[in-house]
Amino acid sequence: MKGLHKFLEKNVKPQFEEGGKLEKFYPAYDALATFAFVPGHTTSPGGVHVRDGIDLKRTMFTVVIALIPCLLFGIWNIGHQYAINLSDAGMASWIGEGNSATFWDKFLFGLPLVLPVVIVAYAVGLGVEFLFAIIKKHQVNEGFLVSGMLIPLIMPIDTPLWMVAVGTIFAVVIGKEVFGGTGMNILNVALTARAFLFFAYPTKMSGNDVWIHTGYDSSKASTEAGTMVDGFTGATPLANAFEGAIDQLPSFYASFMGWIPGSIGSTSVVMVLIGAAILLITGIGSWRIMLSATIGGALMGMLFNWIGPAYFPDNLYLQIPWYHQLVLGGFAFGVVFMATDPVTASQTKTGKIWYGLFIGLLAILIRTVNPAYPEGIMLAILFMNVMAPMIDHYVVQGNIKKRQKRAKLATATA
Amino acid sequence: MSTTVRIKKGADIKLVGEAEKSLEKAAQSDVFAIQPPDFHGLTPKMDVKEGDEVLAGSPLFHNKKKDNIRFCSPVSGEVAEVVRGAKRRIMEIRVIPDKEIKFKDFGAIDPKSVDREKLINTMLEAGLWPMLRQRPFSVIADPEDKPRAIFISGFDSNPLAPDPDFVIQDNQELFQLGLDAMVKLADGAPVHLNIKKGTTALKDMKGVTLNNVSGPHPAGNVGVQIHHIMPINKSDVMWYLDPQDVINIGRFLKTGNTDLRKIVALTGSEVKNPKYFEMRMGSNLKDILSGGLTEGNNRIISGNVLNGNKISEDGFLGFYNNQITVIPEGDEPQFFLTEGWLAPGFSKFSLNRSFPSWLMPGKKYTLNTNKNGEERAYVMTGEYEKVFPFDIFPVQLVKSIIVNDIESMENLGIYEVAPEDFALCEYSCTSKIQVQKLVREGLDTIMEEFK
Repeated sequence: MKGLHKFLEKNVKPQFEEGGKLEKFYPAYDALATFAFVPGHTTSPGGVHVRDGIDLKRTMFTVVIALIPCLLFGIWNIGHQYAINLSDAGMASWIGEGNSATFWDKFLFGLPLVLPVVIVAYAVGLGVEFLFAIIKKHQVNEGFLVSGMLIPLIMPIDTPLWMVAVGTIFAVVIGKEVFGGTGMNILNVALTARAFLFFAYPTKMSGNDVWIHTGYDSSKASTEAGTMVDGFTGATPLANAFEGAIDQLPSFYASFMGWIPGSIGSTSVVMVLIGAAILLITGIGSWRIMLSATIGGALMGMLFNWIGPAYFPDNLYLQIPWYHQLVLGGFAFGVVFMATDPVTASQTKTGKIWYGLFIGLLAILIRTVNPAYPEGIMLAILFMNVMAPMIDHYVVQGNIKKRQKRAKLATATA
Repeated sequence: MSTTVRIKKGADIKLVGEAEKSLEKAAQSDVFAIQPPDFHGLTPKMDVKEGDEVLAGSPLFHNKKKDNIRFCSPVSGEVAEVVRGAKRRIMEIRVIPDKEIKFKDFGAIDPKSVDREKLINTMLEAGLWPMLRQRPFSVIADPEDKPRAIFISGFDSNPLAPDPDFVIQDNQELFQLGLDAMVKLADGAPVHLNIKKGTTALKDMKGVTLNNVSGPHPAGNVGVQIHHIMPINKSDVMWYLDPQDVINIGRFLKTGNTDLRKIVALTGSEVKNPKYFEMRMGSNLKDILSGGLTEGNNRIISGNVLNGNKISEDGFLGFYNNQITVIPEGDEPQFFLTEGWLAPGFSKFSLNRSFPSWLMPGKKYTLNTNKNGEERAYVMTGEYEKVFPFDIFPVQLVKSIIVNDIESMENLGIYEVAPEDFALCEYSCTSKIQVQKLVREGLDTIMEEFK
């Protein structure tokens, strides 16, 4: 590998340095070269002489690793939902009669559908990042490594790729770069993308018909199934619940395991818990936020369980048991991967607890009370992203007051 | 009123190369130097010129802003050279010693009976005063101040730091004498001597408040101890000094000579035989370093790996340092899969559990000077708080320094901290921010504002 590094230094780098042909693109070269080789930069002569092994690349990549179980499950689940719905509609399909499709059938069915979304999100997002780095002549930061994985996982499967691209561009430019790039943004980047698409193209992002793949591939379909596409709708359980079909809600077990319709990668609580374990063991995700958000969600669920039947008998959603609320939809995914984004969350210990608690409370509140937004977790997190600096402000003020009081006391006794 | 302080937040970075407990008297080096940059914020004004003959204890230069604070030659001999750096800043005043050191005689002093003014003046005259530093700001104490307390941290908790018992055990009597002088200087204010739990050399000292301190680094930092025993408010002044300097002051009082010595731990993975050396202050380190280090590109640090200063192989011992650390330079690029950011990282010590070091708590590491990444904006939160045992929000304070907001700096507690207290924050920083430098800048801003 030393040879490769020497080659880069000798033959490639000069092209990008001052006076080279590709001088303008130095940030792009620098990003790729430092990706492959941690530079031999040493600590300064004063200050610490040794540094912790951790850097932002490793941190971000750990989160990406934590997301991979969700991604793999999502790919399988796309195929799984498709197969179920075909057989429900009484149609034979290319993946076999009824539910006889195998694990690999389903996985390989989902793969070509999900992969392009991931590739588009990364390509477009990193493209924008590189472009900004080149224009503003700064280094490419690692923030998008995680955002690029989160964006596909919270999209409905049939979101057109151009929409993924538009949402990503909006999120990176308006959500992040205008504030100064990684570390400076106020709103979670991936959720900004999701929210933008949600409000700009509501028909593609919400409602009953977007959560299961309905695309039709004639080369694979058997002849009698050739016109089946309109035969079923893929309603999300949350949407169903609002239409009163509370009995159609998947069981606690099914929602926990995640084989229900939903966004690409956010349905399975099991996979989210695996990711959570990785984040908590490495200490990269905040346990305070995860715990307090879960408690917040549970509390709100309990409250509705208690007052729902007596005061709002029409809203059956309020009667879903509180523990069931926690495994439905993107709640778990949002709490573990989105709420814990360190840049947009509260930064103080106490602040994190309040921030998480309110996310939990608001997510369930929005989901159950406002029929237009069955997916409350997205709005709850974005709202609390905005509130996080204020929470921190009060926590820090508490510390300042304590210090001022101590000083006063000292002068009084002196 | 003795206090027990248990520090919970912090971390001990375990390095290879701890000094073996054997003491060697280093041969007198052939050149000595006092280095003005050791004293932060000092503008030196020369009292001698090249070629002048000096005694041990004669002034070499003084503080231009406070001209009674003098800096004296540790040895007798000839002023050989005034080394200047960029903008003609004075970096070193080198003295070539006589074979037989001749001392300027200040006369023995009994610290219990001496007048406080006289004690201060003698210490100023003999160049001992710079041993006393003050919080806030971590600069040389102002002899006109009356401190709220004097603090002595009886131990150093930095990586590979000298063992307090080993360094002090043979000088307990001198230490007590120095301590008596501190009691006099405190003038009724408390003198706190903070002892590491389990150490013995200082536990029988008299006339002062003995406090027990336990826990990981930075438990040995005097700033941490002050914060937990007697937190600094705005306009408070605390004085502090190093235990070895208490011994030096004791020896001065007993003999009337500025016979200033240090027991120095030579440590680090690149030292062949790490052990202790006794030497005069200001000694050149060439003799004890040459031949004693492994081959290769090494970094020599006067002090420890967290807040020492890089020196050359023929450099000098820093005024406040009791330790020399030699570690390998890390100027080689690291391929991301084999040793870089995506490698398992068995050879790297990290406070983050994405590295396996937390599973091997006893392991000692050979760390090099590679930054292991590039500087970024703040992203991670909660990192500094884990290793920062103050009731202060470290990141918020650093950010207030970055935006130069003096009021916020004061409110957030800048008077209570010094750069060294942030050393572990800097170590663990994912974004590789130079925290100690920033804290120093913040302190300078405040000092400038209120001078």
